[in-house]
Amino acid sequence: MIGKAAPLAAPLKVLVVDDEPAIRRFLRTSLTAQGYHVTEAADGAGALNDLRRAPVDILVLDLGLPDINGLEIIERVRGQGSPVPIVVLSSRTDETGKVKALDLGADDYVTKPFGIDELLARIRAALRHRLQQEGEQPVFRCGDLAVDLVRGIVTVGGNEVKLTPREYSLLRLFVAHAGKVLTHRLILREVWGGEGEVQYLRVYIRALRHKIEPDPGQPRYILTEQGVGYRMRAPD
Amino acid sequence: MDDRSEYDRRPSPEALLRQAGQETRGHLKIFLGAAPGVGKTYEMLQAAHAKRHEGLDLVVGVVETHGRKETQALIEGLEITSRQRVEYKGHRLEEMDLDAILKRRPQLVLVDELAHTNAPGTRHPKRYMDVEELLGAGIDVYATLNIQHVESLNDVVARITRIRVRETVPDSIIDRADEIELVDLTPDDLIQRLREGKVYLPHHAERAIRHYFQPGNLTALRELALRRTAQRVDAQMIDYMRAHAIAGPWAAGERILVGVNQDPSCASVVRYARRLADRLHAPWSAIHIETSRTQRLTAGERDRIAECLRLAERLGGEALTVPGANVTEGILEHARTNNFTHLVIAKSKRPRWSEWLRGSTTHRLIRQAGDISVHVIAERREPLEEAVRTAAITAEGGPAIDPKHYLGAAGFVAVALALGVVLQQFLAVSNIALVFLTAVLACAIAYGLLPSLFACLLSVLAYNFFFLPPLYTFTIADPENVVALFFFAVVAVIVSNLTARVRAQALTARQRAKTTEDLYLFARKLSSTAVLDDLLWATAFQIASMLKVNVVLLLPEGGSVAVRAAYPPEDTLDEADLAAAKWSWENDQPAGRGADTLPGAKRLFLPMRTGRGPVGIVGLDSDRAGPLLAPDQRRLFNALADQAALAIERIGLAQDVERAQVAAETERLRSSLLTSISHDLRTPLASILGSATSLKNYRATLDEAAQDELIGTIQEESERLNRFIANLLDMTRLEAGAVQPKSDLVDIADIVGSALGRAGKVLAQHRVVVELADDLPMVKLDPVLFEQVLFNLLDNAAKYAPGGTEVRLSAGREGNQLRLRVIDEGPGIPPADVERIFDKFYRVQAADSRRVGTGLGLAICRGFVDAMGGTITGSNRPDRRGAVFTITFPLSADRVTAKDMAA
Repeated sequence: MIGKAAPLAAPLKVLVVDDEPAIRRFLRTSLTAQGYHVTEAADGAGALNDLRRAPVDILVLDLGLPDINGLEIIERVRGQGSPVPIVVLSSRTDETGKVKALDLGADDYVTKPFGIDELLARIRAALRHRLQQEGEQPVFRCGDLAVDLVRGIVTVGGNEVKLTPREYSLLRLFVAHAGKVLTHRLILREVWGGEGEVQYLRVYIRALRHKIEPDPGQPRYILTEQGVGYRMRAPD
Repeated sequence: MDDRSEYDRRPSPEALLRQAGQETRGHLKIFLGAAPGVGKTYEMLQAAHAKRHEGLDLVVGVVETHGRKETQALIEGLEITSRQRVEYKGHRLEEMDLDAILKRRPQLVLVDELAHTNAPGTRHPKRYMDVEELLGAGIDVYATLNIQHVESLNDVVARITRIRVRETVPDSIIDRADEIELVDLTPDDLIQRLREGKVYLPHHAERAIRHYFQPGNLTALRELALRRTAQRVDAQMIDYMRAHAIAGPWAAGERILVGVNQDPSCASVVRYARRLADRLHAPWSAIHIETSRTQRLTAGERDRIAECLRLAERLGGEALTVPGANVTEGILEHARTNNFTHLVIAKSKRPRWSEWLRGSTTHRLIRQAGDISVHVIAERREPLEEAVRTAAITAEGGPAIDPKHYLGAAGFVAVALALGVVLQQFLAVSNIALVFLTAVLACAIAYGLLPSLFACLLSVLAYNFFFLPPLYTFTIADPENVVALFFFAVVAVIVSNLTARVRAQALTARQRAKTTEDLYLFARKLSSTAVLDDLLWATAFQIASMLKVNVVLLLPEGGSVAVRAAYPPEDTLDEADLAAAKWSWENDQPAGRGADTLPGAKRLFLPMRTGRGPVGIVGLDSDRAGPLLAPDQRRLFNALADQAALAIERIGLAQDVERAQVAAETERLRSSLLTSISHDLRTPLASILGSATSLKNYRATLDEAAQDELIGTIQEESERLNRFIANLLDMTRLEAGAVQPKSDLVDIADIVGSALGRAGKVLAQHRVVVELADDLPMVKLDPVLFEQVLFNLLDNAAKYAPGGTEVRLSAGREGNQLRLRVIDEGPGIPPADVERIFDKFYRVQAADSRRVGTGLGLAICRGFVDAMGGTITGSNRPDRRGAVFTITFPLSADRVTAKDMAA
């Protein structure tokens, strides 16, 4: 499944929005070679125009556009009720911009400069999530970890792991969004109903890692995105 | 349970504050005795030894052993700081060396005889002030004190023993002491010790002091000491209970007001009020009502009022001066509006006839006091103060007598006489009296009371002499006329009295109005001044002119204070004054002339404060002798100083805001610079890394064209990155001052050619037109730097001007200069940006919102051209849209052209 995406159906349409011609150029070349159908926009106004004319399957968006702020574009797209997956390209090191983008409804981000693998992985994770919502897989497997979402059983290397209800709902959330970054705020909202502090979350993550990770000091399944949130490794 | 009891049980903030304040200060323990010889020093030394065994670091500041063996033995083994020697009038006096102790910084200092008066020339006039400073520095102090030295008990002791003690210690010292140990000895034992010679007595005063040591005196003194200690323990208990919110029978709501006037007994009345306040645990205030009569008091009397008010402050009361029409109403109004429950006044000592005639303030107060208790204190002659008073009065003299006023009065009467002689022919003699009355009235209005009374006398005499038969004698024949003359005299006196009072009140009112207006104008001047030096000068001038004193203003500077303004102008202070000013600034207390600290200084230094703390120091002096400021002047000074302090603080705050704004702007610039560099570095890197990873991992899926595309991207973006880094390095070299242009004679055409060659790729979309004059001279410059300048200008034109337009490069000689222009057909430079385009990291937004360039190219151009001795400017084309960049180099006189060289 690593090769070309969705070989049977019509190619997935990607809209690349970046003001740098060089970046658009290499993205077009690389993504086209991966079987995506690529359209380009050099600024926010053009991107919104394109989106209005023809729906796309995924949006790759630079945050630092000259005319309209990338964040505003996310807000407008989500405001119109469009569920199109959005992967943000951020040339900034500031975490707040990324967190804001994710909170506004972006699905994931990569920080410039990035390897093409990283971007492709993010695009796939974002697309997979959309597809999974229609038919969720009953058992999630990743390395030694298996989560039976129907029976609510978690095993590591075949041995069952006892989780508290809170830990299980946390893990369930990660599994449902495997491969995707989840912000602190989103996790707190989904698992704790919006109450609680980030420190609170850290304590639970620590406990969860101790139960499912072979080496909690170097986690393999639940990865920390410093200053942003956590990311579950994509399933095998 | 009601709210009040709820509130009462909360810890009282004042009590907690008092406790907190004591934590940073050193602790003071006083060994209190009823009389000399009870063994205070001995007791203190024993306590010190106990502390030393606990490992406390202690020194003896000053201890008088008076040759007693037991005491001498105790002092051995303790560290003793050497005394400071002071020369005074040929005598060598030894005083405690305060600075040595402050420098040594022990944990505990022993100080004997707290009430001791220091020799002139030391920092503080009194030893207890030295102790205050030690405590302020966080050093604990053990001190000894006899009860007769306590200020509020001073007159009681004087009455008991008939000896007035001149050395006193304010009650506040005892109130603030953390511990008081009463060293008690029965009178019989003490007298026994005296007989055994164990009590030290100075020779010259031996007889007087023997009188002092009578059993009756000693018993009374012992009782005083016991009572004072008990009172102090009581106060501590209350503080403790309040701090711990223990409900108790607090004497609630008692407040004591004491009336102060010029009477010599007022000091003892103030002391009585303080003792009453102690017994009732009540706050107390001293009030002086300023009426029109106050204006007529002698300087000595006014000083006494001021002294009484200061005494009240020293004893822990509040002192105020309030203007009023009469004393009774003034005092009662203040007492009622401020909920005073007790009023303390002196018993009048005026003769009975005077009370009949003018009424008695005492009686009026008692009658009108309502539910306020009135304490009338019998007058006690205080011989010492009386002596001081007489001396003061002889020195100051009575109210000024201006002979001109009396001459004027005589003049008025003379005019009245002349008029009377004329009118005599038409009017009855009795009516002539009215003419004289008018003259008396005029005198009262013009000159005040005494000249008008003089006019009265003259009028009566003149009227009698010239108009009442028998004429031209001072005898009167008709008894009717005697009565008429008598009533004339009475009416004249009453009228002159009334008029003079009205006049005095009008004068007072006018003075007040003037003061108020001056203050108002001063406030306006201050608020409109934005420059600190102007403000200080205005303040110095205002204080000097309103208070008739010389003023210096000092502001903090490098850890000390320095003169910033003075009126009359003064640049430097002598050492004593500077030390006093510095002390005043560091301790936020008055210092210098007339103050408790460093009274030897020429000036009095007072801190200027706002709610946020002290902002500066005002130094005052005057050529007059005596106190610098009367109480009302002191109030005026405070008003002026407060306003000035606020204004100084305002200017300081404005400067802070400005600095903060500059800092914020710098910060904004720095962060935008960082964003810009990080963007410029990352964008090409992102393309390169993306293309490279794509090629590495997915070469199989890429066709040839796609691979070429990616490789092309890598190459172009690497070149772009290289240009950016080269620019950054150039900029760094420029900023580090590392650009040292060579100075070769070069051919401009040659450099233009090579620059165009380098820029070929960036200018591929544009039409390039080159116009070089034939007679281009050779110019002295650095070819490498100049090529970079040209390249940057061409690159800039290519970025901003759309493809297909013309980029023109022209060069030619104009007079003594070589001028080279790069002209494009782009959008031009926004007028507001003409200068800023040469700033680092400044970029003009292109019309299509594209962000172009690095913002360094033009900055480097300017840096390089400047370094080579030329100039570069940017402007817009006059004929059409487009930008023009002009480089100018001066040509040396012995110029040569390329053609010349060829020839």
